[in-house]
Amino acid sequence: MSSRAFKNPISESAPVRLTLIFIVLAFLALFVLTPLLIVFKEAFGKGSGEYVAALQEPDAVSAIRLTLLVAAIAVPANLLFGVAASWAIAKFEFRGKAFLITLIDLPFSVSPVISGLVYVLLFGANSFLGPFLKSYGIQVVFAVPGIVLATIFVTFPFVARELIPLMQDQGTGDEEAAISLGANGWQAFWYVTLPNIKWALLYGVLLCNARAMGEFGAVSVVSGHIRGLTNTMPLHVEILYNDYNVVGAFGVASLLALLALLTLVLRTILETRYGSELSAGQKH
Amino acid sequence: MISARSAARWHWKNPSVIPGFGLTLGFTLAYLTLIILIPLAALGWRSAALGWFDFFRLITDARTLGALKVSFSTALIAAVVNVVFGVITAWVLVRYDFPGRRIVDAIVDLPFAIPTAVAGIALTALYAPNGLIGSFLTPLGIKVAYTPLGIVIALIAIGLPFVVRTVQPVMQEISKEVEEAAASLGANRFQTIFRVILPGLVPAILTGFALALARGIGEYGSVIFIAGNIPFVSEIAPLLIVIRLEEFDYGSATAIATIMLIISFLMLLLINVIQAWSRRRFGYEQ
Repeated sequence: MSSRAFKNPISESAPVRLTLIFIVLAFLALFVLTPLLIVFKEAFGKGSGEYVAALQEPDAVSAIRLTLLVAAIAVPANLLFGVAASWAIAKFEFRGKAFLITLIDLPFSVSPVISGLVYVLLFGANSFLGPFLKSYGIQVVFAVPGIVLATIFVTFPFVARELIPLMQDQGTGDEEAAISLGANGWQAFWYVTLPNIKWALLYGVLLCNARAMGEFGAVSVVSGHIRGLTNTMPLHVEILYNDYNVVGAFGVASLLALLALLTLVLRTILETRYGSELSAGQKH
Repeated sequence: MISARSAARWHWKNPSVIPGFGLTLGFTLAYLTLIILIPLAALGWRSAALGWFDFFRLITDARTLGALKVSFSTALIAAVVNVVFGVITAWVLVRYDFPGRRIVDAIVDLPFAIPTAVAGIALTALYAPNGLIGSFLTPLGIKVAYTPLGIVIALIAIGLPFVVRTVQPVMQEISKEVEEAAASLGANRFQTIFRVILPGLVPAILTGFALALARGIGEYGSVIFIAGNIPFVSEIAPLLIVIRLEEFDYGSATAIATIMLIISFLMLLLINVIQAWSRRRFGYEQ
């Protein structure tokens, strides 16, 4: 009885709380969950036989292959960069550091279409480098190298962004101790730094990979949309959709949606189990 | 000589026993230059090669202005909606305990993870006149798919996590003592929230707003399916860049891209200034 009479001064009343929770659930259901469910509903709209057939179609298979290939190049490249950048930024004090971090974040504020356009302007047929590349028979734009470059551009900051705040927070004491005990740089990184950052590294790679496989705008500009050759999964979704092949489009889309769900599940597991090792700002 | 040199180095970088600075910074700068800076410089160079007169003529083309207007206005509306619902979502996630809270927290990130093209075709299927939601709205005379309203819906769907994820960590830092003090001094809950809590969240809310807005202006994949892409009505600027490229009109594509980048950077700069000011004025120290 007394707990009923006492009104908690720093919380809202129960009806207000319930209303706010309801608003949030309704908003998320409307804008996030329903679109996800509709992908699977449409993909299985004509039965699972049609669904499987749509995914075994040769152009779909080659799109899946190309997407895996692009991610297999772009993700390790950005992983290597992310580790190098965070080592330089977190373990040393030098001038211009804040500016460097701003530059690393730059791709986030560039439209995907512009990320693709810059490579067309740099390597395309009427570009400065175009005639030179053509004389050597190298094709970048409207071919796989262009797709890889555009993907690297848009996924550029993901790993570095996860590592930099964490490594800055961890400081340099452990590495300095290792060095003073006779370890060389590689040993210090491999045995001291890496165990400290492994979950954040995995987390960054997961996000980087999800974006690399799902990127549409940038890749669309540089790909040339040649079926079976330069079509990634998201581009194949567009082509099938414009062909009114609903089962095919949503079938390939459902694979990408599953990838997104898997990424989120792994992310949640990582945050629940290793939250304190992920990022300085997320210790809750 | 040597001492002068080491003195100069001292200014640039603090000494450290940890090795690998030259290697890692060198690789970082080389990679950054090759992947990001040179391509962006190519855009600037091609844009400069147009000359002021042509550049101005291309960006004041009626269809370009129309597309920029569609992009900026829809992104602005969506970002405002996302600020309202994003702050409420963050509040509910931080303050209330209810069954399934962790799942709801994970679902907030779904728009980050879902590829834009997938979101685009799914939203179009939902809001088309014969779609699950569209079929309810059509009798009411509300058309979403293939109108600017569709663009706003798509941008709301992809922009929410930007606000939630920037506001949520700052909200977690608010100390309960401040609220208790406000309450004990006679403020009601409404006054505490709007005059004590919210002002401290302004910098984070502005950051989230800026991120959602920047993303909305540049967004392509989730919009083009639902927009209908009618010039002057529902044609967004990124799509016009793609159209100009397909016409081999590289000049126009370059000019539109350059003006979009300039406006985006100016906006981010402005938001940064406002943020720095409001952090000094109200902000919680993080």
